[in-house]
This record gives sequence, structure tokens and C-alpha cells, in this order.
Amino acid sequence: MDIPYTTKARPDTGLFNAKLGIWLFLASEVMLFGALFSSYILLRVGADPGAWPQGLLNIPIGTFNTAVLITSSVTVVLGWSALQMNNFKAYRKFQAVTILCALGFLGIKSFEYSDKFTHYEIWFKDGHRQTGHVYHNGKKVWFWNNKSLEGSPAVTDAKGNVKEAAVPAVAEFEFHPDARHYAAAAPAELAAAPVEHAAAETGHGAAAHPAITVKSSDIRRLSAFVPSHSTYFAIYFTLTALHGLHVLGGALVIAFLWGPGAKMWKTDPERYTNRVEISGLFWHFVDLVWIFLFPILYLL
Amino acid sequence: MSASHSIEAIKKHRRTYLTVFLCLLVGTALTVGMYYVHFQHLSTTVTIALIVATVKASLVAAFFMHLSHERKAIYSTLLVTACFLAAMMWLFIHTRTDVPLDTEFPATKYVPHSSTPAKP
Repeated sequence: MDIPYTTKARPDTGLFNAKLGIWLFLASEVMLFGALFSSYILLRVGADPGAWPQGLLNIPIGTFNTAVLITSSVTVVLGWSALQMNNFKAYRKFQAVTILCALGFLGIKSFEYSDKFTHYEIWFKDGHRQTGHVYHNGKKVWFWNNKSLEGSPAVTDAKGNVKEAAVPAVAEFEFHPDARHYAAAAPAELAAAPVEHAAAETGHGAAAHPAITVKSSDIRRLSAFVPSHSTYFAIYFTLTALHGLHVLGGALVIAFLWGPGAKMWKTDPERYTNRVEISGLFWHFVDLVWIFLFPILYLL
Repeated sequence: MSASHSIEAIKKHRRTYLTVFLCLLVGTALTVGMYYVHFQHLSTTVTIALIVATVKASLVAAFFMHLSHERKAIYSTLLVTACFLAAMMWLFIHTRTDVPLDTEFPATKYVPHSSTPAKP
């Protein structure tokens, strides 16, 4: 079967079909991300002062990741124009950089995620709150919450075989507090205390405060920086994970065209070039979304 | 690869791409730099950040996505999208204003919840 208008422009639209197709798809993507951006605005504007975490994300890492994504966007468009000039070798080089950038972006993002999963906030019964890192038996712990402190009895099946060993309750644990709590980080105060601000920014101000031992009985709530921690982290993970999936999907398509899909360059170079352009349009859109995500999540 | 895609024209486009790339990096530096300046009002920071982001996004759309010279079919698609997006954003944001002005919101007080019920 011959797919019509893969290279020739359709008379009524003046475009080859895939191009109108990808734009229709991007239009639906605008609505998808638009809904989440609107939700973000509503939640951000409605948040009580101090309830919206400030400066918990690592700005230098976020900035670097932005640069990585921008670089990948320019290599995509340079690769495509190399194909237009019949320079397949140059195209391969540019797209190789794109794929490496995509992997780099995802790698850095997962590092940021893992950092959040080991970073905690404690609501003490006396009313004060503190952020920092939780250690148990000398190791950083992941995804802890109140339930993790309670422990659990052993789970056995009908024959009495132990399926899950009993987990003892945690009476106390080691806590490395951050230098500053996010609720106190209003911009006006930051200007007055630039040194402390620098420490609080990465959430790694532990050096400033020595480790303390926290009794489980003193805690009202314990939560890692996971979606259930707060509205902020819920929308942060929703937006960045959805964007991350787009990066992954785009990278897979670009990698396919770079590798096995490149056979088409020999049989139908014009159609192949169009395919590369289409994958590029999607990639630029993903970059465009990040251009908005970075300032609103990291800086505002 | 029509006549408009002569080698000369493509080379010219490539220079544009690199210029846009530099502008995007400068824009990123500007956004981050401005965060460290700490303006008196948060609204100043927000406004600048959003203006810079919009300019950057427009550059990507206009040059990398070739929207500066596209066919009418794409422009009309995007016009419809823009209308729907604006309507949706308005709907979302309108929910905040769609109450009598003197309404108090006791529920918006930040009360961290606990997985174990608090003892009275």
C-alpha cells in the first residue's frame, strides 16, 4: 500500500500529511500541558504564605539541564538541515549528540528525583517543622513516612511459612537538619541573609547543623519529598514526570530513525528527511514545555 | 527539498539556528540571574521570568519549528488551539474568583495531615 502525500504537498493544505498530523497532535499536547499549567497557577495563587516550598530544588542542576535540552533542540534542527544538504554523516553526528543530551537530561532528572526521595520534612508534636535527611542504621532511607516508623508484624501464608519478615518499630533515628526551613525563605529575607540562602537552596545545609537524634514519639508527621508531601510536590512530580515521559518517547523515536529506521535514507531520502523533521517538531515542543516548567517550578 | 531549499538558503538558516541557540542560553542565564537579584516584590520576579520564558518559547516555535514561515493550515490549527487554551485557562482561574468577595476560606489554612490520628 502506498501512503499518500509523504513527500508531495497535498494540494488543499499545501503540506505533506505527516506535518499537519504532528501539528494536530501538538495542538492536543498544548491542551494537555495547558490544563496542568492552569492547575499549577490555581494552586500556586491559592496557597497560603509559607505553605509553598521555596528553594527546595537544586537551581544549578536545573539550569544545566535546561542548557542540555536547548542544546539537543539545536542539534536536532542542524541534523535535519544536514540531511537537506545530503550530508548523512553530519546528520548522524548531530542526532547522536541529541540522543546523548536526552539521556543526560533523564539521568540528571532521576538524580534529582532520588535526592527528593531521601529528603524529609518532620512535623514535630510541639508544632515546629524541620527539613533534612533521615539516616537509619547509618544509611540514608528512602520513601519513609509515619508507617515506616511503626514497623509491621511478620506475614505468613496458610502453611505457616514466613512470606515477609517482621519489621521492628523505629523508636528513634538520626536526622541531619537543613540550615533553613523553606517556609522561612521569603525573597525579602533572603536578600538579608545571602549566605544562609545559598545553603538552603540545594536543601543541603546539613553542614551548618549537626546531626540530631529524633524520637519517633515526638513526631506528628514524617514525609519524604514525594507527591503526598504537599500540593507543591504533587504538581511538581506530575508535571516533570509527564515531561520526562515525553523526553523518553521523543528520544526513542529519534534513536529509531538514527539506527534501524535510517535504512529509508537509501530508498526514499526525501521521505526520510520529512520523518526526521516531524520527530524534530515533537522534540522542540518538549523543549518548549521545559522552558516554562523550569522557571515556574524551580524559581517561583 | 524544493528550489527554496538551496544550499545557500540552508546555510543561512543554520546561522539563524545558532543565533537562536545563543539567545536561548542568554535567556536562561537571565532568568536564573534575576532569581538571585531578589526584587522587592515577588510579582516582579514572576513577571520577568514569564516574559523571558515566553520570548524563549516564541524563538523555539518561530525558528526551530519554522513557524515564522508556515502554511495557513498550521496557523489555523494553532489559532483554534490558542482559543481553546485561553478558554480553558480562564475557566480554571475563574474558579478562584467565582465566589462572593467577602467569602472566607477557613479550609485554606495549612494543616499538615498525619497518617496517625492526632490524639485529643
